[in-house]
Amino acid sequence: MKAYALVDCNNFYVSCERVFNPYLRGIPVVVLSNNDGCAVARSNEAKQLGITMGAPYFQISRLCERNAVAVLSSNYALYADMSARVMSVIADDAPAYEIYSIDECFVDLTGIPGDLVPQCRALRMKVMGWTGIPVSIGIGPTKTLAKLANRLAQKSAKADGVVDLASRPDLIETALKRVEVGDVWGVGRRYAERLSGFGVGTAYDLAQWGMAKAKHEFGVVLARTVAELCGEVVHDMETQPQPRQSCTCSRSFGTPTNDIEAVAAAISEFAQTAAERLRHDGMAAGHIQIYAQTNRFKKDAPQAALCGARALTPPTADSGRIVRTALALIRTCRNPDGCEWAKAGVLLTDLCHADRVQADLFTITDERKSSALMKAIDGVNTRFGRRTLSFGPSTDEAGWRMRRETLSPSWTTNWSDIPKVKG
Amino acid sequence: MVIIAQGPQVEAGFPSPAADHTEGGLDLVRLVVKRPAATFFMRVVGSSMSGAGILDGDLLVVDRSITPKEHDIVVAVVDGGFACKRVERAGKGWVLASDGVGPTIPIDPDCGIDIWGVVSWSFREHCRR
Repeated sequence: MKAYALVDCNNFYVSCERVFNPYLRGIPVVVLSNNDGCAVARSNEAKQLGITMGAPYFQISRLCERNAVAVLSSNYALYADMSARVMSVIADDAPAYEIYSIDECFVDLTGIPGDLVPQCRALRMKVMGWTGIPVSIGIGPTKTLAKLANRLAQKSAKADGVVDLASRPDLIETALKRVEVGDVWGVGRRYAERLSGFGVGTAYDLAQWGMAKAKHEFGVVLARTVAELCGEVVHDMETQPQPRQSCTCSRSFGTPTNDIEAVAAAISEFAQTAAERLRHDGMAAGHIQIYAQTNRFKKDAPQAALCGARALTPPTADSGRIVRTALALIRTCRNPDGCEWAKAGVLLTDLCHADRVQADLFTITDERKSSALMKAIDGVNTRFGRRTLSFGPSTDEAGWRMRRETLSPSWTTNWSDIPKVKG
Repeated sequence: MVIIAQGPQVEAGFPSPAADHTEGGLDLVRLVVKRPAATFFMRVVGSSMSGAGILDGDLLVVDRSITPKEHDIVVAVVDGGFACKRVERAGKGWVLASDGVGPTIPIDPDCGIDIWGVVSWSFREHCRR
């Protein structure tokens, strides 16, 4: 039988902040998303105050003030560095592993002799010791059950951070009954709402359905989840990263703007970021879509969306061509008056390998020249900082830049920010 | 700092007798950072540890994978901040000492006083230009 473990960092962003700011230990802490919009990480103390995942900050700001909650902006440089450290400690000891997200990693424990629980406890202690990040580990005969076991490991103090359903199949039924169906891996909020209409409230109820019924009512995706809940492996380890299908860059603006030129400047910058990512992966895009929209949460303000799309023939990763096309698209959009643009984005699709681009008889582009120019630009920007060289309108001091008012220092990635220690 | 030993550049003429003996050059990071996942850098502010040769402004290499022992120099959490101290034994327990200066502090995680990591190296810049 298979045994998968899911190693999940507890309240990851908050835990990262606490490693370098011991003052935050034991007090309620909330980390906000980009532009300080919503709560994306909460300490256990903050959860106990009733602060929910994704709660908009304006709704919880008074609660936070009253309870002296420490409120922080997301420090992605710090979280990425700490994530790499945690993953490398896991990778040292794991026979096969799959990094699933910034704070989750699957480990294949199949065939490992002896009791898995003490071995996982030891790994947990090692990650905590080396990096300061607390993790929980769930073990199951499928990835979906490992994820479910992890959820129970985080919630139960008795579990001491590790729950094993792979060596103890007798515990699976009780475990399934304790988890709400909406918290099962692969079951979204919308599915959970529809499932409750069928009287399905827990993971156990869903497993009782069987694959045939799940496939009939919801389709093959939910049927796979049911199979995994019943112990049948559908999702095996994916140790090779999947090739990209699309490449997107979108942001909410720090300050909404009614100036279409500012929107164009933002789109130009997003197009360059997306193009850089393409080149990093050695890909080229055959289609570009741009969009801008107003804040849909502001019910009383006029609502509108701009959207434009065009094929890129032949496919390209050239920042110049991608930016020119993006700007041309925004110029062709009709710009309604009095709209406050709050978000914009660029989406590149129809990706293919850059070295396998089909030449087009009717378009004259010098791909060799372009690729040499892009290499030079990427080289300059790597050496002298992002956007030392860039295309399109100037974007200095733009209002749409990210708002991060309570950002912690880059403790581990910038020499001028390293922690101070009293000597 | 990495000093890279150059391989032979000239392709004509008599082959270099050292060609088969080139080594990787000296990499200070590899010497100092044994376990990158557990290694952090910190800056010293203050001179209470001057007796141990650690001065104001020094750069500390802190390795969290090392289990602290008696006489180790460590970074400890004291009053919600970081302090550089030496670990000493006091009766059955452990205390943090400032190298002969000032009072010792008992290590007690329940009171928020514990060891963050062991200092494995310290660095000082002597010339900046």
